[in-house]
Amino acid sequence: MKNWKMPIVFGVAILGLAAVAAGQTKKAAAAKPVSMNASGASFPEFIYKRWFSDYKNSHPGIEINYQGGGSGQGIKDLTAGSVDFAASDRPLTDAEFAAARQPLYFPTVLGAVVVAYNLPSVKQPLKMTPEVVAGIFLLKIAKWNDPRIAEINKGVTLPGDDITVVHRTDGSGTTFVFTEYLAKVSPEWKAGPGTGQTVKWPGGLGQAQNPGVAGAIKQTPGAVGYVEMTYVLDPKSRGNMEMASIKNSSGEFVTASVASATLAGSAAADFPTSITNSPIKGAYPISTFTYLLIPSKIADPDKKAALAGFLKWMLVEGQKTAPELFYAPLPKPVLAKDQKQLAQLQ
Amino acid sequence: MNRLTYRKAVNYVMLTATGVCTVLTVSVLFVILGYLVYNGGKSIDWDFLTKLPLPPGQDGGGMANAIVGSALMVGVGALLGLPVGFMGGVYLAEFSGKTLGFAVRYMADLLNGVPSIVIGIFAWGAIVVPMHSFSALAGGFALSLMIVPITVRSTEQFLLSVPRALREGALALGAPKWKVISTVVVPAASKGILTGMILGVARVAGETAPLLFTALNNDFWPSGLNQPTAALPVMIYKHAISPFDDWHRQAWAAGLVLLTMVLATNIAARWIMGRGVSAQKG
Amino acid sequence: MAAPAITANQPRRQSILSRLHGGDTVAHLFTLVFASSVLLVTVLLVWMLWSSSGMTRAKFGFQFFTGTNWDPVAGDFGALPFIWGTVLTSVLALIISVPLGVGAAIFLAELAPARLSDSCTFLVELLAAVPSVIYGLLAIFTLVPLMRLYVEPFLKRTLGFLPLFQGPAYGGGYLTAGVILAIMTFPFIISISREALMEVPRDQREAALALGATKWESTIQVVVPFARLGILGSIFLGLARALGETMAVTMVIGNDPNIHLSLLAPGYTMASLIANEFAEANDALHLSALIEIALVLFLITIVINALARLLVIATRGKGTAHSA
Repeated sequence: MKNWKMPIVFGVAILGLAAVAAGQTKKAAAAKPVSMNASGASFPEFIYKRWFSDYKNSHPGIEINYQGGGSGQGIKDLTAGSVDFAASDRPLTDAEFAAARQPLYFPTVLGAVVVAYNLPSVKQPLKMTPEVVAGIFLLKIAKWNDPRIAEINKGVTLPGDDITVVHRTDGSGTTFVFTEYLAKVSPEWKAGPGTGQTVKWPGGLGQAQNPGVAGAIKQTPGAVGYVEMTYVLDPKSRGNMEMASIKNSSGEFVTASVASATLAGSAAADFPTSITNSPIKGAYPISTFTYLLIPSKIADPDKKAALAGFLKWMLVEGQKTAPELFYAPLPKPVLAKDQKQLAQLQ
Repeated sequence: MNRLTYRKAVNYVMLTATGVCTVLTVSVLFVILGYLVYNGGKSIDWDFLTKLPLPPGQDGGGMANAIVGSALMVGVGALLGLPVGFMGGVYLAEFSGKTLGFAVRYMADLLNGVPSIVIGIFAWGAIVVPMHSFSALAGGFALSLMIVPITVRSTEQFLLSVPRALREGALALGAPKWKVISTVVVPAASKGILTGMILGVARVAGETAPLLFTALNNDFWPSGLNQPTAALPVMIYKHAISPFDDWHRQAWAAGLVLLTMVLATNIAARWIMGRGVSAQKG
Repeated sequence: MAAPAITANQPRRQSILSRLHGGDTVAHLFTLVFASSVLLVTVLLVWMLWSSSGMTRAKFGFQFFTGTNWDPVAGDFGALPFIWGTVLTSVLALIISVPLGVGAAIFLAELAPARLSDSCTFLVELLAAVPSVIYGLLAIFTLVPLMRLYVEPFLKRTLGFLPLFQGPAYGGGYLTAGVILAIMTFPFIISISREALMEVPRDQREAALALGATKWESTIQVVVPFARLGILGSIFLGLARALGETMAVTMVIGNDPNIHLSLLAPGYTMASLIANEFAEANDALHLSALIEIALVLFLITIVINALARLLVIATRGKGTAHSA
């Protein structure tokens, strides 16, 4: 008669208990457990997740859940108060800065936006000039064996395949840095799509976040797109992908690397700042700092202490992990300013 | 060739064609299962079911938190949605008048047809925005919105299928209406109602879109209903579009886990009920 | 309430009666509250979609549906590319799944022995339970390479003179999305069409056969037309599902907010747009535009679903009225 009710009540009770238990196990973990949420740039997501994991191992109980939904999402979530802090590769506009209640910029590492492509038949890395890069992303250069690519890559047999451009669908700091560079080196780009976290791409495929674009390039022979260099350099994600060496403003073709990104940031002393198309010799022209956006006022004292502790660790221990994951550590003047700012937070 | 031979030929060809159509459509299921079992089977291991995810670029780790998170949010959805759906179905079958009954039925059908991403937007506006946080509650709420219409209609359907004789017999013995419903009608229809509930829950377990901007995602164990929480379908999505081979492997494993759960539930529910519309007449 | 005659054995009969009557009212009200909450939630949903899209409705009016430029930065929003993508992929899905689905339904309803028919239908209905993201997972790793390496080059070689099959074939795009949507709509079309066909009374078939028709002729000229409303209803139901599909489509369609004529080109659907852009839409106008897209999607699926249900209900009534 009432048999059917019991399983349901029982099942619901089990689920309820499970939920409560889940909450309790969290609390039992450490003395002062702090749980924080952050969202934002996928450009540094690779190293941020590593940092938060390492930090949790050395400081049990402090869990920082980072979800890289793009710089745009990070700024939005910070403004709405749905996360404790955010990350962005690009500076905020004045309006955004005011709406987000004047967060503090904390540069964390230097990285490089690379032009990654998937051409299994081409064994040597390709060279590209700024004009070629702009031409490809403007869809003016449609095939890999276009004369404009061939003339700077003499001796390389280029296939006659179609070029499939891959770009971001979401509001991206990586897009901002890449388009900012293109606007500086190509008047046609500046007049057309311009600079922004989203732009009007003439065409091509779109995918979400850096890993999404990297995945799309990796899966599609003949594809080309822009991603953070770690997604091409790290053997776990690389596959067939290669990155093009870009001609910088001194006329030399520079390959993205920790060293060439470091050079690009070497003259920076203040932040936020742009270091694209750097005149420094040997610098990779599409390099950038990436920032954590920390609220200037944090109400919860536990979270404030935990965050300050993490940032302190990041500026010393974290910097050491950077080269291993193909990011460049911060130059000394920027590091010093960061540390001064940290004191302000405490 | 004379007309009759032609017609016979057409007959033979077309009927064979329909057989081919059937083979093609049925085989799709086996292809899907085959790929998932093959790719998922070789990827699934004990770590996958018990460990937390590792940072990108490191092989190994698992999706244990997503499995628990999914269970949690489906649980919340069921807790919120099943009672509402059940009571609503009871109302429609037992108490409703013409207009209100029509309105509720129509709205339930409407809600059933709403694309899940739109449900996600509603849950975002109703829960995430006022709470200023992504949460398992918001995710569970979105899922409950999908469970309610399924449960309402199936509960109503099975309650209505209980023979009048049963009701009238109980009423004749002097039982009040509510007692008739709770002790006679509902138990008589319980098999069907339960099946409807199970199918509804199984359906929402695989939903991704409504969780994207309600529950966000989480690299750690679920820590509370008001916190972002990992879910299996969301993990599959993110891992599938990524460039990491190990993440692809895990996506297959997760797909296998999810599909097994969903199909097993569906098969169990149908087995409880017996076949739907049988081709056997009489 | 007048007290009925009480015997000495039941001194409190009146109060029991009133309590029992009250119990019924309580139960009625109790369940009414829950039923109304269904009503309330749906009304709230529609209201939220309507009011939150007010900004762009006021600014663009009907231009929203004809504009082809989607530019969140400049604040210019035109939904046509997404409407185009949604409609095109759904139509492609139907072009593939209707012949296959109705063909299979005919086989299962008319030709197959009962046991086979039941088990095959059971298997096909299981397809409806497969989550969208799993279809997407399979599509990325198996369907897309298949399309890129075999299907699309073949189409280009044979039908490449048509603008429909020109341009780079990278594996994803409208056609691939259409194929995966077709697979997702099979179960609806097969299951419901089969039911509609089985409801056609025996005497209809037998009359045709008695007049000398072949089995096929009897099926296509008598049975199918008789069940046409139900079959049409199943197609609409499948269409409604295809229109709202998000994950599987987002993973293969290429997410390009431009209108292309070639089926091999990347495109964008309304649901995919929302999935990709909603989480980071910070600007009020952008958010309003996305919610307006959600509203449009909602309205389209509601209309199609309503039509579908009407058609399916119409057949059910018709079939039983005529049977022996």
